[in-house]
Amino acid sequence: MDIIVCIKRVPETAEADLVIDESKKGIDTDGLVFSINEWDNYAVEAAIQLKEAEGGKITVISVGPEENNEVLRRALAMGADEALRLTDPAFEGSDAYAMAKILAAAIKDIPYDLILTGVQADDDGFGAVGVVLAQMLGLPHAALVTEIKKEGDVITVHRELEGGLEEVDTLKLPALLTIQTGINEPRYVSIMGIRRVAKKEIGVKGVADLGLSQDEVGEKGSMSRIEELFFPPVGEGAEIIEGTMDEKTEALVRILKERGGMA
Amino acid sequence: MEKIAVLVEHRQNEVRDITFEMLTKAHQLVGDGGEVIALFLGDVSQKGLLDKITPHAHRTIAYLDTALAQYEPLRYLAAFVKIFETVDCQLILMGQTAFGMDFAPAVATKWEIPFTTDVVDIQDEDGVVAVRQMYSGKVNAKVSLKGGEKQLCTVRAGAFPADDLPTVSGELQEISGAVEGDFSARTFVEYLEAAVGDVDITQADIIVSVGRGIKDADNISIAQELADALGGVVACSRPVADKKWLPKERQVGTSGKTVKPKVYIALGISGAFQHQAGMKGANTIIAVNKDPKAPIFSIAHYGIVDDLFKVVPALTEKVKELRG
Repeated sequence: MDIIVCIKRVPETAEADLVIDESKKGIDTDGLVFSINEWDNYAVEAAIQLKEAEGGKITVISVGPEENNEVLRRALAMGADEALRLTDPAFEGSDAYAMAKILAAAIKDIPYDLILTGVQADDDGFGAVGVVLAQMLGLPHAALVTEIKKEGDVITVHRELEGGLEEVDTLKLPALLTIQTGINEPRYVSIMGIRRVAKKEIGVKGVADLGLSQDEVGEKGSMSRIEELFFPPVGEGAEIIEGTMDEKTEALVRILKERGGMA
Repeated sequence: MEKIAVLVEHRQNEVRDITFEMLTKAHQLVGDGGEVIALFLGDVSQKGLLDKITPHAHRTIAYLDTALAQYEPLRYLAAFVKIFETVDCQLILMGQTAFGMDFAPAVATKWEIPFTTDVVDIQDEDGVVAVRQMYSGKVNAKVSLKGGEKQLCTVRAGAFPADDLPTVSGELQEISGAVEGDFSARTFVEYLEAAVGDVDITQADIIVSVGRGIKDADNISIAQELADALGGVVACSRPVADKKWLPKERQVGTSGKTVKPKVYIALGISGAFQHQAGMKGANTIIAVNKDPKAPIFSIAHYGIVDDLFKVVPALTEKVKELRG
């Protein structure tokens, strides 16, 4: 079974102090650590587990500058076979719709039975590229997948719904799935592993190679445009308890007693 | 905007809350003289659900067919054609939910409707200007949509409280006729209810909840010790359940449990909105986190900006002392 996995390189922002840049349309990424989007890491692992069971070839694709080779090599070290990077100045400003067009144009030249993406990306959080891509390619899809089983040309998946509920669906291959975190335990990637694939060639394609026009991608080819970034208004917020550790825990104990926090 | 359509979301014979939240926002946006249109896809046996919808929409368009009893994207897309062609509206709202995330991008792509997702606010500035969050809620983005006769947004659950949902005299318009096509490429099989665990966190008065900041499965014991000292239970946020450090039934949030304890202590939990949705109803929320900008502090009542590995053992010690 041949599988394509679309992966993104994103900044780690969970514990970072973010600064909005001068254009007001992006953040200042200097000093931020980048890594593979968490959802995509689970998608790569899911592809590798399917390959281990079924055989076949895994191609990983990422849209972005040369730095994206990091996440592509990481996926190769995990067990992917081929890597392709799509890059062009014209891609700048692409929303989920334009991004899916870029991916669709690249995918039409690659044989596949299954396409995997993450449910969403940690940076823009659209949660839409996978489903849009499926629609463009005329494939059946399932979003928020937490389990995959393959039998012949049919896969059975679990989709995560709300409140702990799950849904079981069957899909006929070829199909596209968006992968939810927690579906598996992504394998560890060692420095040795990355080193082993350091020389592996990564294909590169631009807008012309993909047979797209400049107007079909980037801001022009998008359905939405970021006008401005701003920090969310801060609500009333928590009363922050200051002092020495002893004073802090003393205050906490008092609050717990008052508020029914000690049964 | 004069006309806004809302796609009703229902599952297991219940209309989901997001529906009323979207209807509320639609009423606000169209104002007096505008029209809020509810769109319903479902089986004839689900017709009773319409009683909850029609009082809150000027018009409800219901496509009732046995083939639509369960959501299946290919069937729903085929059915949506019939509705879509008859509805005159400038904006369509759907939920950024397990249903909407699976369906809305497909609708937008099929009919090339300009769209954006997971919006927390919508303004009408000669077309949609939506506010959505980026970087796990640390930054908001104002997003405009590009032209189009119709535009589409998916709406974050809880963004628009349905407390003041207007009641209007609404008419019901039914569409019938079989949905035709081959939809076998994706088929619904069944629902799987959540597993029942050894501890029911929804029944607990005191919850000590751990997030990514707990760093390792072995460290959960320090939260357990605090919970034991307080007479509470240990719960967690998504990353901890994803890593299998605690079972899924201990997870608080949109895809896990909703809890309303007397006291909720969040340890090393950044407070993504999906987590907040599951615990913001707690009477008292205490957050311990190293990052002073963690979103959890915006909904917590009390906060300590410090290392949980220092705070928690010290607190446990103090509680134990007090209780002798």
